[in-house]
Parts: sequence; C-alpha cells; structure tokens
Amino acid sequence: MARLEIGQIIAVIKEKLPEAVVEEILDGVDPFVVVKAEQWGETAQLCRDDSRLGFDLLSCISGVDYPEREEGPEIEVIYHLDSTVNHHGITIKVKLPRSDPRVASVEEIWRTADWHERETYDLVGVIFEGHHNLVRILCAEDWVGHPLRKDYEPPDSFHGIKNVIY
Amino acid sequence: MNEIENRNPDPLTKNVIFMSAIDDVINATRANSVWPLTFGLACCAIEMMATGAAKYDLDRFGSGPFRGTPRQSDLMIVAGTVTHKMAPRVKRLYDQMPEPKYVIAMGGCVIRGGPYVKHGYHVVKGVDLLIPVDVYIPGCPPRPEALLEGLFKVQKLMKREKILDRTRRTTKPEVYQPV
Amino acid sequence: MLLNMGPQHPSTHGVFRVVVRTDGELVLESESHIGYLHRCFEKCAEGNNYLQVVPYTDRMDYLCAMMNNWGYAAAVEDLAGIEVPERAEYIRVIVAELNRVASHLLAFGTYGLDIGAITPFLYAFRDRERILKIFEKLCGQRLNYSYVRVGGVTFDMTDEILADIEAFCDYFDPKILDEYDNLLSYNGIFISRTSNVGVIPAELAVSYGVTGPSLRGSGVQRDLRRDAPYGIYDRLEFDVPVGSGEMGQLGDCWDRYMVRMREMRQSIRLVRQAVKDIPEGPFCDKKAYRAVKPKAGEVYKRVEGARGEVGFYVVSDGTNIPYRVKARAPSFCNISILDKLTSLSNVMLADLVAIIGSLDIVLGEVDR
Repeated sequence: MARLEIGQIIAVIKEKLPEAVVEEILDGVDPFVVVKAEQWGETAQLCRDDSRLGFDLLSCISGVDYPEREEGPEIEVIYHLDSTVNHHGITIKVKLPRSDPRVASVEEIWRTADWHERETYDLVGVIFEGHHNLVRILCAEDWVGHPLRKDYEPPDSFHGIKNVIY
Repeated sequence: MNEIENRNPDPLTKNVIFMSAIDDVINATRANSVWPLTFGLACCAIEMMATGAAKYDLDRFGSGPFRGTPRQSDLMIVAGTVTHKMAPRVKRLYDQMPEPKYVIAMGGCVIRGGPYVKHGYHVVKGVDLLIPVDVYIPGCPPRPEALLEGLFKVQKLMKREKILDRTRRTTKPEVYQPV
Repeated sequence: MLLNMGPQHPSTHGVFRVVVRTDGELVLESESHIGYLHRCFEKCAEGNNYLQVVPYTDRMDYLCAMMNNWGYAAAVEDLAGIEVPERAEYIRVIVAELNRVASHLLAFGTYGLDIGAITPFLYAFRDRERILKIFEKLCGQRLNYSYVRVGGVTFDMTDEILADIEAFCDYFDPKILDEYDNLLSYNGIFISRTSNVGVIPAELAVSYGVTGPSLRGSGVQRDLRRDAPYGIYDRLEFDVPVGSGEMGQLGDCWDRYMVRMREMRQSIRLVRQAVKDIPEGPFCDKKAYRAVKPKAGEVYKRVEGARGEVGFYVVSDGTNIPYRVKARAPSFCNISILDKLTSLSNVMLADLVAIIGSLDIVLGEVDR
C-alpha cells in the first residue's frame, strides 16, 4: 500500500459514502474534513477497513466547545487518525449541537477510543452512544460539570476542601 | 552496674556513666532513624528518588529506608500535587501513621497549588488544608539538597519532642475530615 | 478476592490504581482507575498566553520534559508561521535525545526495582545525574526545563557544554554493553521474570493506540522521527530497534525493556552527529521573543517522546491566548491496554508489577 495525499483520502471516502463528507478545509495549516454526525460510525469503519486508507491507529480524540458560533452553539469532536502501514493521516471533525452533543462511539473499531471517549465525556460533556462504560475518568466520580466547557465555573469547595483561595 | 563495666572494653570510658534525660535519648534515636513513607505523587517524587539514590544518598543522614506502608513510617514526604480525587487517600494514609508523625510538604503544588493555583479546578490548594504540615520546602521541584535541608529541620523538631506530651498533634477540628 | 493496588503503591510509578480480582496468586481481571493526578493542564493552557503554556507542558511528562516542550513549541510555530533557526534545531535534537537517555535510564532503574533488583537503580541514577548536570548547566533546572521554547531554545549552547556532552557520550556508550546488559538484561532471574510475560500482539497494540518503545517491542516499525520527520531528523542517521522475541514470545516484557536499552545507544549516536554538525547562528527566532499571536486556525503536531507519540492539538482564535490545547499523552494510551492484558491470559500478581513497569508510564502524563 502506498501513502495517499489528503485529496485522495477524501476521494476514497466519498466513493464509498458519498453523503458523509459535508465540508473540507484543505487550505489551513492542518487540512481537515467534517463528517456528518449520523454517518460517523460508518465512516470510521470504512477508514479502518479499507486497505487503501488503513487507518489502524486512532491518535487522539479532542472535544472543543464553541458556545458563540454563528450557526449556533456547537461542540466539535476531532479525531486524528493515523496509519502505521501507509504512514498517512487525516483529521476528521464531527460537529454536534451544544445542547445535546451525541455521537456514535467508535470503541469497537479502535479499542483506544474507550478511554479517549471517557475523557472527552468527562471534560467536555460529549455523550458517546454505545460506549459500554461512559463514566468520568479523570475528575472525581461525583464531580459536577464539565470543566472544559467555556462557561464552566469551578466549585468553591469540594467535600469540605476550599478550592478557591485567591 | 557491674555488668556494664565488664562489657565495656574501652579503657577510656570504662568507668564513665552518661547521665541524660530519657527524652533526649529517645529523641536522638528517633531523629537518626527516620523512616519516610514512599509517597511520590508527581515530579517531586523523582527528586525524592534522586535524593535516595547514588549521588545524594539520604542514608548518610540517618534516614532513607522508604517504607511502602504508613504503619511503619514516621515521616510523610508529600511530594507532588494533591488533587481532590487523591485528598481522602492522603488523609487516610496520614491517619494510619503511628504517633509521633511528621509531614514535609515538598514543592510548590503541595504548599499552595503551585502553578495550578489559578486554573487548576481539580488541585487541592495546599496539603495543609488536609493535614498539619511541619516543614515546607519550596521549589518546582526542589533540589535534592533542599529536601535534605528539610529533613534536617524535621530532625531538629524530633529532638524537641517530649514523651509525656501526647497532645501535641491531635488533628484540629477545622481540618478536613473525609466523608 | 478483590484487591486494591494503589493509588499509593511503590510499584505503580505514581498514583495509579488497579482493582484486581484474584484467585490466590492469579489475577483474573483488573480494572484501572486514573485521574489521581489530574492537574488540569488543558484548562491552565486556556488561561495563559502561548509562551506561558510551555512550563505546564514540562509538568505533564516530567521525565522527558524536553520532548513535551518541543511538541508544543512545534505546534505553535506551525500555527504562527515561525521559522526556527538552524542552530536551535540542532540543539533541540541534542537535548531531546539526552533527555530520552535520562528517561530510559530511569525506566531501567525502576524496572529493576520493581522486579526486585536494587543495584541497577543506583547505577542508573549515577549516570542520570551526569545528564542532569549538563542540563542544569544549560538551563538551570534539573527536571522541568522549559528549555525548548516557541521559536527556538531559551539559552545558547556553549562550547563548554558541547565538550561536556561529548565527554558524556564517550563515558556512557560502553556502559550500556558492559554494565547494564551484564547487570540486568541477560541476568537469568530477570529473563525468567520478564520473558513470555505480558505479551502484546502487534495488532492489539495498534488498536489500543500503544506507541513508542512499547509498540516497537511488539515488532511494529513505527518511529515518528523516521516516518514523519520533524526538526532535522531526516538529516541524521539512526536505526529503529524493534523487538524480536529473543527470549520468548514477540512483544513480551523483555522485548519492551530491550528496545529501550537499544534506543539509548541510537540516541547517543544521534547526539554525536548533532554535536559534530552544529552550525553557528542565532538560537531563537526574534519574532517569538515577546509574544506570539497566531492567526485563527488549528494544528495537530506530533513528536516522538520517550514513551511514544506526544501530540498537541492547538486551536487559535487569533488572540494571544490559546482557545484550546489538547495533549495526546502516550502513557494514557499505553496503560489502557493493561486491563486487556490481564484478561487475555492469567497473569500472576507479581507479573502485573512487571507489566506495569515494562509499559513505563508517567502518571503526570496519564492524568495531565
């Protein structure tokens, strides 16, 4: 298998799933594509299984909160995929409404997504449907709120320990 | 008395009896065999390990056998950031240590939250909100020499201990109690 | 029986907690709990400007702080379009590879300690102190250097320090073969404790996102320095050691351990080349001295840290404060495989310690 350019990768995805890619930004520092949230599960399966793509390594899942978007408040979930065979990578974004951010879990496809999704749930509050154990991973079990939301206010005290001292 | 004389082979001290307060004897033995609890939390733990290892060699100063259990140790070196998730455990480990016990707060994070004091929502801003602290060592992380200096300070404190005074270190009521 | 290992346990390398269900000495299954050192790196990064974030990256993986600095600095440089001077690139390679050696030395020492050999720990720290002394001369810190900054490095490398580094290379190179391999690597007890224990098949490792020496121990040829070259790595010669299953199955603890030992030698080789070729010139880009204000955009930059792929996803909204910084920590992914390993085959409780040690995690990075 050979290394593909970003354009070729998108072409392969479009060939199999013509509806999935809704937006492609190729002129930035890092090019990325936006995938429809409903079709993210199929796209992920394709990305791993198609031998031309061969994205077998999920590097990172990040969640970013955009409360002041023109299109309405949004949360973006960003997947950085990488191939250990073909040595190419791609950035895929899924845009979700901020009021009810739900997206399909990909932990069956890449096992590493298990902890990454739990972390994104913990810090940003994205709900991954189909995850077998979506509980907090970094913060304490009874922590309230999702700290990396832009409107998050830390608690004044937690279990009787003062949290804000200045 | 006879027995002592017979066993002492040194002609210089053969007939000498040392008089001392029992406090001083006990404190001297205690201060020269400090057993710290292995309680590495973060970056400072690496410097704590370096203090125990080849170059700085904590053993020279009558300390060093890092114990894995609080029940065998009399000094707790809190090295690293204490978080809210860790706080009940810190408190419990401290409670499990036998009296008299001493605490060194090593590094900026343990003293007042360090670099995480403003935005670190999950960081306990100072371990003295949880347990009483005897010696503070600033630095991020403190050098091994600083930790040694802190240990000397603890040894000085140990030498001031009175065996009849059992009330020195009851936990203050306003200090955090785990739920 | 349910047994709670950690968060305060001498062999978990920090505050890592595993709940294991045991039957006598056998571990039937385990459940990892992390977050006891969650220090809110990502929130802190959103509250400080681009240059102020660098010290926080140190404290993520405090054993190879240079690589974390580098990953973050490279991401911001890409975002802001800052050119790094040639000399700075060479200095970065030198300090990063020395830091890798220091980190692997600590992994070697503490792994011996976990298995029950105390001597390697003292040997490793003796040599690690030499590297720390060089770093201290260079930037005044022993652990959290903040030396690699956006636009270059903080201080210039003097000829005296370069001579020190060369002297260290000459001193250290024969040590690996003569001392360490004799001391631990080919020790019969060590081999029987680590070979055929905690075998990670290559496919499983990739699926769990395991990177770095732990992945190469399973025989996968993946090293970002070679596959996605950054800095000046494409000009330097080095080999990528992978596990071969010499002492047992491919991908066991011994293989992972041995990859680290072999990598140290490659790092020394890289340092020697960089020291030889280092050009004269500025060590930091003038534009990045005061403040950095990238245009709106985003970038994901990866470097090969001592534990694997260190990635930084930085989003800018055009101000001098990052909108979002997400760190991809290699230890976070590496340790997630532990639960799977204990369920794959029945391991002994003592082997669990060997497996955790061979994955070489740093809790500051797992929890961030």
